[in-house]
Amino acid sequence: MAFEIIESCTNCYACEPLCPSQAIYEAKPHFLIDADKCTECAGDFEEPQCASICPIEGAILNEDGVELNPPGSLTGIPPEKLAA
Amino acid sequence: MELPVLNNTASEAPKGGCSAGSCGSTDDQMNHLPDSIRDKVKNHPCYSEEAHHYFARMHVAVAPACNIQCHYCNRKYDCSNESRPGVVSEVLNPKQAVKKVMAVAATIPQMTVLGIAGPGDALANPQRTFDTFRMLNEQAPDIKLCVSTNGLALPENVEEMCQYNIDHVTITINCVDPDVGAKIYPWIFWNNKRIKGREGAAILIEQQQKGLEMLVAKGVLVKVNSVMIPGVNDKHLEEVSRIVKAKGAFLHNVMPLISEEEHGTFYGLTGQRGPTNEELQELQDSCAGDMNMMRHCRQCRADAVGLLGEDRGAEFTLDKIEEMDIDYAEAMKMRAEVHAAINEELESKHKAKETKLVSIEGLKKEVTRPVLMAVATKGGGVINEHFGHAGEFLIYEASSNGVRFIGHRKTTPYCEGGDTCGDGESALDVTIRELSGCEVVLCSKVGYEPWGPLEAAGIQPNGEHAMEAIEDAVLAVYEEMRVAGKLVEKVDEQQKVA
Repeated sequence: MAFEIIESCTNCYACEPLCPSQAIYEAKPHFLIDADKCTECAGDFEEPQCASICPIEGAILNEDGVELNPPGSLTGIPPEKLAA
Repeated sequence: MELPVLNNTASEAPKGGCSAGSCGSTDDQMNHLPDSIRDKVKNHPCYSEEAHHYFARMHVAVAPACNIQCHYCNRKYDCSNESRPGVVSEVLNPKQAVKKVMAVAATIPQMTVLGIAGPGDALANPQRTFDTFRMLNEQAPDIKLCVSTNGLALPENVEEMCQYNIDHVTITINCVDPDVGAKIYPWIFWNNKRIKGREGAAILIEQQQKGLEMLVAKGVLVKVNSVMIPGVNDKHLEEVSRIVKAKGAFLHNVMPLISEEEHGTFYGLTGQRGPTNEELQELQDSCAGDMNMMRHCRQCRADAVGLLGEDRGAEFTLDKIEEMDIDYAEAMKMRAEVHAAINEELESKHKAKETKLVSIEGLKKEVTRPVLMAVATKGGGVINEHFGHAGEFLIYEASSNGVRFIGHRKTTPYCEGGDTCGDGESALDVTIRELSGCEVVLCSKVGYEPWGPLEAAGIQPNGEHAMEAIEDAVLAVYEEMRVAGKLVEKVDEQQKVA
């Protein structure tokens, strides 16, 4: 049970101080999640903190590789406009 | 007939619908303020229109995190070619930021102000922001510190901000109505949750207003920035202006939405346009009846360095400042001398204006129509830029009431300074379009080639006032127009009655 940050991360630092398990760390080329530490915030918060503040759609995946914030869910930009 | 510079008319009794003190002129906004406040802003380029000709500012990009999303912002902020808020080239840690500030302060002694404005929100990164301020308090005490914030985390941070002598805060307030807010802010992060839509906007608005009240109660100067979004909040901003003034904000800065498809923002991709120059000025003028308006904002980057309108950030990249060896104690002495010289120059200018005002007192005024003039300047309050080198023009309005600053218009320099100007023609078209409504363009020099097209567009080029003070030159040209009979024919009856 762990999330993953992928390459679309812009290194904005927003998630790092919010993680109740200190699982998120600064790395190159982008922040990473220590899979051994990540609890998906179970027991600490109703909603996973990193995925709740991350401004980049698609940058955080769950353990099945599913985007926690799919395209259009944060910016309101219709996905077909994003692709263009 | 000699005309007054409007800055000096604040002592006249207010007449009609808008109080004389805040009728939108350049720094008459300063004249009716208490001395303590005028003293605080006199060398702050972002708070005083006059100061921005002389003093420089810088932003350090230590705060990349944000706690809200705005529809005019794209969080993939990495472009060195763009100048707009939220964009930076490299994010710094607090130590690097302090080193950069001291390097800039030693190199550009007229830099008086350090602001943290993102590229996210300064107060969504309180640790990084406050670490930077704490070190600067200790190591560079002659630098003024400012914060720019969306206001969401403001109330919880007011106390700590005051500890670091932050006496200028800018809050971006685009609305006071959650229904309007829902069209601007898709979500906020609040109490460990992402809150979308109207509910999020309502919390943001409440926090902004509370933060404003707390800062005012602490005696902190607050400027309110608003982004004008046609069809979304343009009508609503007059109400925003009234409310923030009533709560004690001292300056309102209405800025045009910057929105292009290539910015990848919601507004850019969905075709939301920004306001025209005319629409912006109209809104600023209608807000001016209630509020001191700022019109000289250049909407600079979150890592901008230099005078407003210029960006010398490229001289102070991380690798370059690593090589600089700064003796800050020495630099502070030199900085103090430079600041004293500028202040002396400003004071003598103020005295000269007062004398002029006395000399025209009692003269009967002839009512003449207002004229817009564009001015090319590199700073210093004088006309000292070639027409072809100007990347922006300042716009002044001359009328029988005097002269007032209206705003600025960006353009592509007609000629980058070489002997041959390959793309000069299309750049000239852009400049002529940007200067629409202006009847005169004042610059230190203007070439033969642009002269004809400018005249044909109804814009008289004028290079006869090089190195003169802007307001004096604008008034002199206006007076020439009056003598030549160019001002009387279009006076409308309403003005005659007033």
